[in-house]
Amino acid sequence: MAGRRGRAGIRFSELYSFSCARSQDDAGGPPQAGRGYSREVHCNEPAAASRLGYPDNRVSTTKYTAVNLVPKSLFEQFRRVANVFFLVVACVSFSPLAPYRAVSVLLPLVVVVGATMAKEAVEDWRRKQQDVEVNNRKVKVYVDHTYHQTEWKKLRVGDVVMVEKDEFFPADLLLLSSSYEDGICYVETMNLDGETNLKLKQCLEVTMMSHEVHSLRKFKSLIRCEDPNENLYTFTGTMYHEGSQYSLSPKQLLLRDSKLRNTDYVIGVVVFTGHDTKVMQNATSPPSKRSGIERKMDKIIYALFCVLILIASIGSVFFGIETKNDIKDGVSKRWYLRPDDASELFDPKRAFLASFFHFFTGLMLYGCLIPISLYISIEIVKVVQSTFINQDQEMYYEETDKPARARTSNLNEELGQVDTILSDKTGTLTCNSMEFVRCSIGGVAYGDAVTEETIGKRLVEGPDLQNPCFAQQHIRSWDFIKFVKGFNFSDERLMSGQWVKEPHSDVIQKFFQVLAICHTVVPEVKNTTGKILYEAESPDEAAFVIAAREFGFEFYERTQSSISLHEFDPRIGGKVDRKYKLLNILEFSSARKRMSIIVRNEEGQLLLLCKGADSVMFDRLAEAGRAFEMETREHVNRYSEAGLRTLVVAYRELTEEEYNMWNEVFSKAKSLVSDNRDEMMDAAADGIEQKLTLIGVTAVEDKLQNGVPECIEKLVQAGIKIWVLTGDKMETAINIGFSCNLLWKEMKLIVITLDKPAVNALEKQGDKESIAKAISEDIERQICEAKAEVSLARGSVAFGLVIDGKSLNFVLMSNLEKSFLELATGCASVICCRASPKQKALVTRMVKRGTKRTTLAVGDGANDVGMLQEADIGVGISGVEGMQAVMSSDFAIAQFRYLERLLLVHGHWCYRRIAAMICYFFYKNIIFGFTLFWFEAHASFSGQPAYNDWYIAFYNVAFTSLPVIALGVFDKDVSASICLKYPLLHQDGVRNILFSWSRILGWMFNGFCGSILIFYLTTNAIFNQAFWKHGNVAGSELLGVTIPCCFQNIITSFKERIQKARLNIRPDSTDFCKVGWLSSDDPANEKPRLAFKRSHRIC
Amino acid sequence: MNTGDGGGAASAASTSGANGSADAAAPRRNSKRPKYSRFTQQELPACKPILTPQWVISAFAVVSIVFVPIGVASLLASRDVVEIVDRYESVCVPANMTNDKVAYIQNPNISKTCTRTLTVRLLGSLVPKHMNQPIYVYYQLDNFYQNHRRYVKSRNDGQLRSKDKANDTSGCDPEDKSGNAPIVPCGLIAWSLFNDTYQFTINRASLNVNKKGISWKSDREHKFGKNVLPKNFQSGPLKGGATLDPNISLSEQEDLIVWMRTAALPTFRKLWGKIEVDLEANQTITVTIENNYNTYSFSGKKKLVLSTASWLGGKNDFLGVAYLTVGGLCFFLAMAFTVIYLVKPRKLGDPSYLSWNRNPGGH
Repeated sequence: MAGRRGRAGIRFSELYSFSCARSQDDAGGPPQAGRGYSREVHCNEPAAASRLGYPDNRVSTTKYTAVNLVPKSLFEQFRRVANVFFLVVACVSFSPLAPYRAVSVLLPLVVVVGATMAKEAVEDWRRKQQDVEVNNRKVKVYVDHTYHQTEWKKLRVGDVVMVEKDEFFPADLLLLSSSYEDGICYVETMNLDGETNLKLKQCLEVTMMSHEVHSLRKFKSLIRCEDPNENLYTFTGTMYHEGSQYSLSPKQLLLRDSKLRNTDYVIGVVVFTGHDTKVMQNATSPPSKRSGIERKMDKIIYALFCVLILIASIGSVFFGIETKNDIKDGVSKRWYLRPDDASELFDPKRAFLASFFHFFTGLMLYGCLIPISLYISIEIVKVVQSTFINQDQEMYYEETDKPARARTSNLNEELGQVDTILSDKTGTLTCNSMEFVRCSIGGVAYGDAVTEETIGKRLVEGPDLQNPCFAQQHIRSWDFIKFVKGFNFSDERLMSGQWVKEPHSDVIQKFFQVLAICHTVVPEVKNTTGKILYEAESPDEAAFVIAAREFGFEFYERTQSSISLHEFDPRIGGKVDRKYKLLNILEFSSARKRMSIIVRNEEGQLLLLCKGADSVMFDRLAEAGRAFEMETREHVNRYSEAGLRTLVVAYRELTEEEYNMWNEVFSKAKSLVSDNRDEMMDAAADGIEQKLTLIGVTAVEDKLQNGVPECIEKLVQAGIKIWVLTGDKMETAINIGFSCNLLWKEMKLIVITLDKPAVNALEKQGDKESIAKAISEDIERQICEAKAEVSLARGSVAFGLVIDGKSLNFVLMSNLEKSFLELATGCASVICCRASPKQKALVTRMVKRGTKRTTLAVGDGANDVGMLQEADIGVGISGVEGMQAVMSSDFAIAQFRYLERLLLVHGHWCYRRIAAMICYFFYKNIIFGFTLFWFEAHASFSGQPAYNDWYIAFYNVAFTSLPVIALGVFDKDVSASICLKYPLLHQDGVRNILFSWSRILGWMFNGFCGSILIFYLTTNAIFNQAFWKHGNVAGSELLGVTIPCCFQNIITSFKERIQKARLNIRPDSTDFCKVGWLSSDDPANEKPRLAFKRSHRIC
Repeated sequence: MNTGDGGGAASAASTSGANGSADAAAPRRNSKRPKYSRFTQQELPACKPILTPQWVISAFAVVSIVFVPIGVASLLASRDVVEIVDRYESVCVPANMTNDKVAYIQNPNISKTCTRTLTVRLLGSLVPKHMNQPIYVYYQLDNFYQNHRRYVKSRNDGQLRSKDKANDTSGCDPEDKSGNAPIVPCGLIAWSLFNDTYQFTINRASLNVNKKGISWKSDREHKFGKNVLPKNFQSGPLKGGATLDPNISLSEQEDLIVWMRTAALPTFRKLWGKIEVDLEANQTITVTIENNYNTYSFSGKKKLVLSTASWLGGKNDFLGVAYLTVGGLCFFLAMAFTVIYLVKPRKLGDPSYLSWNRNPGGH
């Protein structure tokens, strides 16, 4: 549990738990002034805020303003090289260099840029509406001895405001007092981190009484605190009030956008306003990632630029030669062109200059090779694809009412190319809802409930229970009549008060007391039923409190300084109410891996109750407290082998002197207002968490999510490599691996670990350097051996690799990365246990860079954020843990099992669609550009366009845009069920078959051939004879209609063939042909035939 | 997927607390469940043709069945057309001038009249052929770049259309003004108007050639104004091609209208007139050509073409051949696939043919 709860828990508990807030009359030393701590808040004197230059509370999340919308979005858009090209071309097109009218380039550019700008403007307008709504919310401000309703935006630093129940806080407030006597209030931080549980805030004692209107009148004090920053969970400052200093902590800070709950009202002073508030400081744009396909697309565009320059130069060279030949020895050759009287553009005497100018004409003429509307079309298609993902009913999770969300739309196609999945375990593979299943008290193991892992193992033998979920349901139904959430324990020896008869009943009682007391859970009594519900930060703690309740130790009330239980007393033989005086809470952190609580019981005895990870707890036991150490250690191992999360429970009796001495040190550390306050507190806490007496061990199970084993099996079948990165112990991780099909029986396990006696012995002696050297040598040897083994097996056996965090550290630090990666890629699945958040991110980076394939990271907690941002695609599970992971992810799903559909169905389709669409785009533009070129070859490269200006203008933005978009939206090679049935189809994307260079060049070559065919078939068919029975011959206009007609037909019919969707959007083609009255000339029918046949052969 | 067991319920469990009841009620009222539509669920009906051998073979067969008759019909139509082509630009040069043809054509004192005799028979053979009226008379120029950008742009459509814009000669450079007077019609195209003429006689009886209705109707009615008269045309120092009668409006100057509709390729034909009587097989026609037009400077050819027209237009085997080729190819493929299918059938959807199964080393 330790490593696990470390994620979100650490920070939150620092902030919200009940460290006993005794008055801190003498803050230790003056707070650091100067940089970082310069903010001054004059309570009740908002005028001072403007003097100090603090902004008002107006927020604006818009990207543009009315003034800068046009220039800013233009600037953004003209960072794309294609747009710049067209802008330059549009400028030049006003000169006589232009082969066609300026409108032909200007119009598509204006349409494309305008459409993008309109899209931006609409999005921004929505944000603006939201801002206006928020800015105009009302709040009560204390002005002139009474409260006035004011809009949020008018708040200034130093204003005293009153916030009522279920209202949002308008700014970051310092809590002065609340409707409760002891100055506490509850807040919900749903909007900040997605956690729905209530958090407790408490004001300083000196301000506790200042909620009366008249007492506020003379409330004047100065607050000095840290400058605005984005850290939600820290706050340091000092309040100067009536000549004394009081230190401030996050406990007094009410954050903007969180909500007041269960409290009638609070009064607070505004500390940070508007964009200075923590939540606004936190608002960063999601990381912008670009998909591999798009990066490749850029390269293709550059390649097309090269082609463009090439053919423009060829054209200008030939043009130069032909122009030079127009006058020979002073005699005009092509006299009808009047070469003797030509401007510099056509002057044979200055043929080089003419040729130079012609180069630009050529660039403009063949400019249609560059698909101007490609970006916007792709954007449109991707938005629609994202809608498909968002709207997929198969990925909607009823329980939490959460559909899948594509938070960024530019990675859709990357989903179809995922090669490696890096997954977090807890909350991602598992539900992160803990069930208390086993315990070991006083060296005796209790509990015989069926766990998921044992079911998993049983499944291997028993084919009748195909579905573990079914099995679980099945077993549940006969095992338990009464099912309590979070409690899956059955042992007659402990249940229904029977524990009294056990040999160590006093130890058992202690055990239950620790479970019921040592936590930060808030009880909430339901008015209607009288039932008590628990608000816990971590599901583990909830499971403990629930377990204690089931055993007869019901925790029912918590105040600032006490914890009350309905307790079963064996001496009386019935329930009694006991109140424990709460003295200190030593909070949990991932570094400490334990939490303690110091209480005074009704007998006046001082007790330190402690629970924590086995790795730290066993070292802290007193000699006398190790009575059951052997048995307990064995139980710990057994539980973790069964995939359970264990916590060791211990206590210590303190004497008054011990406590007082320690408390002095601790209070001092706590009242520090500096950066190293946390370290000081940890050190102080460490001093008292010693000489403990062992009580027992708890084991909670984190159940696998529905469908995880099936999903993983599918993904493995799809050839996706799965890495699990977890903070759990190795045994737990391996067991979870087995139960979710990541590891299987026939598989050969390779374990790389440093948890060996030899290494341990080595660590004890010798200097650091030599240890590091020896260790890395050891790891290198392990890796080499494993590699030899893998290469020996040559694919006959599947391998599973397990590595622990310590070894991983060495692998990542030293130059072993490469060989480790080689080993890992040879294995079917990899499990990294005991991995820290940073290691997770580093491993992700290593895999991403090492394999050069697409990686996908999936996680649900704050500790996965680094990993999600590092990977090519981050998928957040919007589960129990809060929203941080989702906020930094690219896709959010509610359950791990939806990954299967997301990758195999949506990924497959999106990849196919985007790849085909981009190729299609280049294809159509190449057809268009090259027919122009062939025409030029027959017009002595003079730069006369073959088509009408309007056709050129509308070709990209109107005539051929819909078929391409339709392809990107509708194309479906196989149905969803086939995608899921044959996961191997996913390899299309992994190998990037549809967007390989050969495929792209194939399309382009196809376009090239198409242009030759179209041009020569058409010209040969309609020239030079009369083209109808009335004897007239076709002129250039007719050619200019016939050729576009041809490729209009071809391009759209290509679409039909590829698209296969019945929605037939081709008004453009037929309409255009009707306009050109020569409805579908014969060659037009001919060409699709040829193309058809060709594609046949390709297929 | 299984739903509704403990697993699902438990996931929302431990932290629920106060929200427990709210959560239970909320989704019912205001669920975020995506709305069903066939579009969003991507279940639109679609046809997914699988290229089974039968399907492919029948597709090819159908194509060949459709294309071969079309090809045959086009070819027959083309074969019906009788075409007489006579290249005259070099034979019309007097023998003593063959070394300097340009001097010949530019010398106004040398008579340009030239007489040719044509026989009504199939082109390139001695088979006599009857020609039904109407017989179209074309001139064909080679290596003449009417599609040159400078040339194409050198006109002013407004000026051609309406009398009011007679002074608008923009874009006509360098043939825009004669001195200071605007030229109507201005520009290089009009200036270089073709000016060879033909006179046909059969047995000394002159053959009437109808010069009306040789241009596009839309051109006559909309693009060339009825009241626009030529002005200052060919009055510059350098004379280009034909002159125009300044008393006849542009819409009636059909030779100009035909010429102004520029050709797409450097080899082109233009309609010159229509002979509205039948020509008997083996008849001999004498053509008196005024060989005025200078193609010698740029070594262009000049041809006189007499041709009938079928429903498909003039003589061009290309279309028929193309259709027959494609149809034949499809027929051949259909046969070949049938044979392959019968001799060596292949299981449909055999995964061992998939690329990644074929070469396991990656692609």
